[in-house]
Amino acid sequence: MSQDPARANDSSRERAREGEAAARRASDPARAIDTAAASSAVLGVDALIDDPGTRIVVCCGSGGVGKTTTAAALGLRAAERGRKVVVLTIDPARRLAQSMGIDALDNTPRRVKGIDDSASGELHAMMLDMKRTFDEIVEAHADRERAATILNNPFYQSLSAGFAGTQEYMAMEKLGQLRAREEWDLIVVDTPPSRSALDFLDAPKRLGSFLDGKLIRLLTAPAKLGGRAGMKFLNVGMSMMTGTLGKLLGGQLLKDVQTFVAAMDTTFGGFRTRADATYKLLQAPGTAFLVVAAPERDALREAAYFVERLAAEEMPLAGLVLNRVHGSGATQLSAERALAAAENLAEARIVDQVGGKAGLRNSPDTYGSSEPPATETAVPEAPSSDAGSPAADRTSADGAGTDDDRSTKGSPEGRTVEQLTAGLLRLHAERMQLLSREQRTRDRFTALHPEVAVAEVAALPGDVHDLAGLRHIGDRLAADASSAEAS
Amino acid sequence: MSRLQVVSGKGGTGKTTVAAALALALATEGKRALLVEVEGRQGIAQLFETQALPYEERKIAVAPGGGEVYALAIDPELALLDYLQMFYKLGGAGRALKKLGAIDFATTIAPGLRDVLLTGKACEAVRRKDKRGRFAYDYVVMDAPPTGRITRFLNVNDEVAGLAKIGPIHNQAQAVMRVLKSPETAVHLVTLLEEMPVQETADGIAELRAARLPVGRTIVNMVRPAILDEADLELARETPRTAVAKSLSAAGLGGARRGGVAERLVEPLLNQADEYAERYALEREQRAVLQGLELPLHELPLLAEGMDLAGLYELAKELRQQGIS
Repeated sequence: MSQDPARANDSSRERAREGEAAARRASDPARAIDTAAASSAVLGVDALIDDPGTRIVVCCGSGGVGKTTTAAALGLRAAERGRKVVVLTIDPARRLAQSMGIDALDNTPRRVKGIDDSASGELHAMMLDMKRTFDEIVEAHADRERAATILNNPFYQSLSAGFAGTQEYMAMEKLGQLRAREEWDLIVVDTPPSRSALDFLDAPKRLGSFLDGKLIRLLTAPAKLGGRAGMKFLNVGMSMMTGTLGKLLGGQLLKDVQTFVAAMDTTFGGFRTRADATYKLLQAPGTAFLVVAAPERDALREAAYFVERLAAEEMPLAGLVLNRVHGSGATQLSAERALAAAENLAEARIVDQVGGKAGLRNSPDTYGSSEPPATETAVPEAPSSDAGSPAADRTSADGAGTDDDRSTKGSPEGRTVEQLTAGLLRLHAERMQLLSREQRTRDRFTALHPEVAVAEVAALPGDVHDLAGLRHIGDRLAADASSAEAS
Repeated sequence: MSRLQVVSGKGGTGKTTVAAALALALATEGKRALLVEVEGRQGIAQLFETQALPYEERKIAVAPGGGEVYALAIDPELALLDYLQMFYKLGGAGRALKKLGAIDFATTIAPGLRDVLLTGKACEAVRRKDKRGRFAYDYVVMDAPPTGRITRFLNVNDEVAGLAKIGPIHNQAQAVMRVLKSPETAVHLVTLLEEMPVQETADGIAELRAARLPVGRTIVNMVRPAILDEADLELARETPRTAVAKSLSAAGLGGARRGGVAERLVEPLLNQADEYAERYALEREQRAVLQGLELPLHELPLLAEGMDLAGLYELAKELRQQGIS
C-alpha cells in the first residue's frame, strides 16, 4: 500500500492511473468513490473553473500549505481558459504579489498584465486592506458627520486595525462586495492565515451578533432596557457590569466604547444584514470551497477538520487540493532494495582497496559499518540526517558527520562512479521513504473522508514567483484529473 | 538564559514541535518547564499523544535526568474570569457577565484584550514563586502565534496601555510589557530552508527589533539530509549514463544494456539528482540569508519516520547538543 506508484509525477503516474480511472468510469466521474481505501475520487479542477455556474471559489486550509499560490494559480488558469476572474488575496508573499502586479495595497482590483488572453479572459487581482474595507462600510452606512465620529474614535481605530476576527470578517465582506458588483465571472478568494479553521467561518456571525447583541444595547441605552418588564435583572447586571468594565478598562476607554457604539448604532442593522448575506452567499450553489493541504500530518488533520466543519455549516465543498506531493520515476525500486544495492557498491569498494579509508568515509553509514549490511538497510537514514548540512555540523556536537563531509569535499577528484551511484540510490531511498510517509498520511485522511475528491499537485523543487510558475502550478493542478480521464 | 522563551514561526514550519522540544531540552536535569499554548489548537496534546489539555497546568512529560514538563492551554475567557475573580472577587457576577456576552465581547472584540490575557497569564507563570520563594517554573516556553502576527501579539500590551490610560488593565498591560521587553524574554523564530519562510523570518526579526522586543535565535526545522555533495553533483553531470547503468547492474539491480532493468533506472535516478541539485542550491542561498541575520542559528533534522513522541525527544537532544539550553 505504501509503495503505491500512483503518485509519481511523470508518465508512470499516467500508467498507474489507468487502472484506477477504469474502475472509476463505471460510476459518476465527478464524485466517484473508489472502494480501494488508498485512493479517492479525483477532483476535476478544469471542470470546476470552466463551469459558468461557478462564481466563487474559496481556498481554505492551515498556514504554510500554499493556499495563496493555489488561489493565484487557479485564477490565472481560469482567466487563460476564457473567464473574467478576480483573485482576492489576504496576505500574499511579497514576490508572489509582485508577480501579479499587486504590490500596492490599495484595496482595488488591478488587471494583471502578461497573461495569455487568446481565450479573451481577464485576470484581476487585489490584496485586502482590512482597515480600508472597514472604513468603507462605515462610510456607506453612516452620514458624513457620524462616519467621522466613528472613524476618529480610538476604540474603532484599534478594532479596525486588526484584532481577532476583523481580518476574517473583512475578507468575507470584500468578497460580498465583489460579488455584488457582477463584474466578474469568477472570484477566487484566499482565506486569512487563521489560528484555526473555525475563525474564518465564525467571523461574520460573531461580529454580526456582537454588534447588535445584548451587550451593545446595554451600553447604548441602559435606561430603555431597564424599563422593560422582565428585563429588570439585566439592569442589575448592567450597572454591575459598566461599573466593572469602568474599573477594568479605565473610564476613558469605556467612554470611547460607548461613543463608538452610540455612533455605530444606526449602522448595526446593516452590519448584521451584511454578515448574514455573506454567510448565505457562501452556502449558495455558485460557491465552491477548496480545502488546501500538504501531505503532512498537521496540515491534513486541519483539512479533515475543515471538511467536517464545512459539512456542518452546509457549505459546498468541491474537494481537496493536496500540494507538494512527491513522486518518483522509479517507484519499482523500493527504498530497501535501493539501500541494499548502495551497500553492495560500498562493500565492493572496501574489498577493492584493502583498508581503503576513502570508501568507508564516503559512506554516510560510517557508524553502522561494523554491522552486517542486512541489518543496516533499515537505519541509514539516521546517520545521514545527523550529518545534516554544513551549518548543522558546525553547531552539532556530532563529530562523525563533520569529518565525513570535509574529507569528501577536499578531494572531489577521488570520487568514483560507484560512489555516485551509491549516492543516487540513497537519494532514491530517501525519496521512497518520503513517498510512503506521504501516502500513509493521505490514507488516514482518505479513510476518514473517502467522499472528498482530491487534486494532487506535484512538489516543485523551488518557490513560485512569476506568472510562468503559477501557470505551471495550474497545469499540475489540472493534470491529475486529465490523466485520470484520458484513459 | 531567558526564563520566558517565545517560539514563533511561519505556519507549517513546525513551531509547536520546536517549542515542545525546547521545553523538554530546558527541563533536563531536574529543571521544571511550563509549555504554554495560546491559540486553542490543542497542538501540544496531539504532540504528546495525550487527551486535550484543560485550562490547568499539568505534567505531560518527564525529561531525561528527572526534569518535568508541564503544559497549559490558555483559554482567554477563563483567564479573564480568573482575573476578575482575583481582582474583584466577583463570584456569581462573573457568570452574569458571561451570560450577557460581556466575556465573549471582551475576549473577542475588545481591542487586544485577548492577547493581553494570553501574554499576561504566561508572564504570571514566569514570575510565580512557591512558598519557599523559588520560582515555580525555571522556564516558560510559549507556542506563540505565527511570525506575521508575533510582534503585534507581544506588543499589544503597549497599545492597550495607551488605550486604557488608567485602571488595572492599564497596570497589567504595563507589567506584562516590562517582562516582555526585558532580557527575561527571548523570541525565537522557526523557519524552513525555503524562500517564503526565510523572507518572513527576516521581516519578523526586523519588526521585533523595531518594537524593541528581544530576539533570541533562528531555528531551521526539518532540514533534509545532505546525501549528495558538490562533488557528487558534478560527477552526476559528467558521468555517461551507460557507466551509471553498469554500476547499478553491478550493485545487483538487473541488466545494464538498453532496456534492461538497471538501465531504465538511470534516467529517473538522475532526474532526482537534478531536483536535489536545484534544492541544494536554493537551500544554500537561504542559509546564507539566515546567517546574515546575525542571530544564533540552529538546525533540526527532518525525521524520516515523521513526527512522534520519540522524535520529539530526539529533537530535544539535538537542541541540547547544539547548546540551546
